[in-house]
Amino acid sequence: QNEKNVVPTAVKVNLINMLSETGLQVIEATSFVSPKWVPQMADHTEVLQGINKLPGISYPVLTPNLKGFQAAVAAGAKEVSIFGAASELFTRKNINCSIEESLERFEEVMKAAREANIPVRGYVSCVLGCPYEGKISAAKVAEVSKKMYSMGCYEISLGDTIGVGTPGSMRDMLAVVMKEVPVGALAVHCHDTYGQALANILVALQMGVSVVDASVAGLGGCPYAKGASGNVATEDLVYMLNGLGIHTGVDLQKLMDTGTFICNALNRKTNSKVSQASCRL
Amino acid sequence: GLPEYIKIVEVGPRDGLQNEKVIVPTDTKIELINQLSKTGLPAIEVTSFVSSKWVPQMADHKEVMRGIERYPGVQYPVLTPNLQGFHSAVSIAAGATEVSVFGAASESFSKMNINCSIEESIERFEEVTKSARNMNIPVRGYVSCALGCPYEGNVVPDKVAEISKRLYSMGCYEISLGDTIGVGTPGSMKKMLEAVMKEIPLSALAVHCHDTYGQALANILTAIQMGVAVVDSSVAGLGGCPYAKGATGNVATEDVIYMLNGLGINTGVNLCAVMEAGNFICTALNKKTNSKVAQASFNFSFCRL
Repeated sequence: QNEKNVVPTAVKVNLINMLSETGLQVIEATSFVSPKWVPQMADHTEVLQGINKLPGISYPVLTPNLKGFQAAVAAGAKEVSIFGAASELFTRKNINCSIEESLERFEEVMKAAREANIPVRGYVSCVLGCPYEGKISAAKVAEVSKKMYSMGCYEISLGDTIGVGTPGSMRDMLAVVMKEVPVGALAVHCHDTYGQALANILVALQMGVSVVDASVAGLGGCPYAKGASGNVATEDLVYMLNGLGIHTGVDLQKLMDTGTFICNALNRKTNSKVSQASCRL
Repeated sequence: GLPEYIKIVEVGPRDGLQNEKVIVPTDTKIELINQLSKTGLPAIEVTSFVSSKWVPQMADHKEVMRGIERYPGVQYPVLTPNLQGFHSAVSIAAGATEVSVFGAASESFSKMNINCSIEESIERFEEVTKSARNMNIPVRGYVSCALGCPYEGNVVPDKVAEISKRLYSMGCYEISLGDTIGVGTPGSMKKMLEAVMKEIPLSALAVHCHDTYGQALANILTAIQMGVAVVDSSVAGLGGCPYAKGATGNVATEDVIYMLNGLGINTGVNLCAVMEAGNFICTALNKKTNSKVAQASFNFSFCRL
């Protein structure tokens, strides 16, 4: 969604199929959002129906509202995600309503998901800083996280949306959030815009977080800083976890091969340093 | 807890420029060092007194030493691989007041890099430290391949501890442990530091991490969590990796400072001033910065806020 070049449906399907062979257990497949807003995800139904759904692997999709949820379920989705934020201004600019109003929308999705027995993952954006508000209080992050957890999200992914966080702010934010949401239900979604992602993830792990979001080849630039990077590269994350002796079940070589495939398709260089270095060694 | 203050040793003008494809004119080097001197950095590695036959990029070592402004409170160490280099560095013509010697924890690397065994290199360094002691000149010791070797692969932590101890015992005031090919992770950093810390006091240790596999900041964080309070870095992440074509090398000073600022650790360094120096040298080298902070800040007007 955050790459300049839009890829054909077949490429998306192949990417997800290749990722399914790496040992990854969760692959976020697409977004059931109006193509008017997110044209890159217009083929959501074709993608979800086109991929090989391997047993033991979850393929969550984004559903910003009840309409999206219903379309997702009709297309065969077995898990969905909703995106909140710890910043009022960001919520206004991003989805054109207040935090409170967004939570009301999510409540509708939660109700329907409960009835359909579909797990819902909650994202909280701007947990370490906002492109509009600047500093974000840890208390606000905890408040929004708690609300989303209480309404039934099984997991809350805390997103450093513009990558401004450091191990210091990560530690301070998590300390407050962990008072409201059990650490077993927490995930971190770090952006590498300022090169801090792996250090931030390391701190989160040290505090007991054991779910980490990442993007193959570091796909996805930062829409708030032209030319800057966004998502942390899955290859670099797995390299670090391997070095720490932490089990992930992921085959790094297969992951790198998948990264090579999608970068060729996008006609761009990888954002993964492990991939860059390994070309020679 | 974390150190309250961390000393940043800026290696861009030497380690950085030595490992860049484009060779810059002497004036550009001098301008870069002068700009860095104004940032608050306490130590700036200026050049290398090595035969220009081996390292042509540093052939102008005397001119650079003569040309730079020496700011009070800033150290300007230079590399001196042997006694000849040392004499040249401390001569009146060059006027070095601090020098560095480079050992390695790998026999293969030592042979391939400086054409002798580790033991022979130690003997050479001893000549340098002996002369340096007589002249009251501090010597910093580097240990390369502390977390892995491009030829031998795995490097045993005890070997790193052994070489570090030899360098420290002969009089080096500080030992900089280098992850030369950037293969280290927080796991291997911790094990290596535990072994070295049995032999060398913490206050005499520094880490020199390469970002070739994107692990540098996580490795540095691990080191400082263990109490290390000296970190080497290179403005704009200058200096690629000679062992992996197209891959990066030195960690960017800007990115290190950004992290330390966020941790509330004092460095005395002005991040914006470093970014300006980085911008200057990247323009001169006609290349993009390797610093993610610099890349991102270009858009955020970071320093004007």
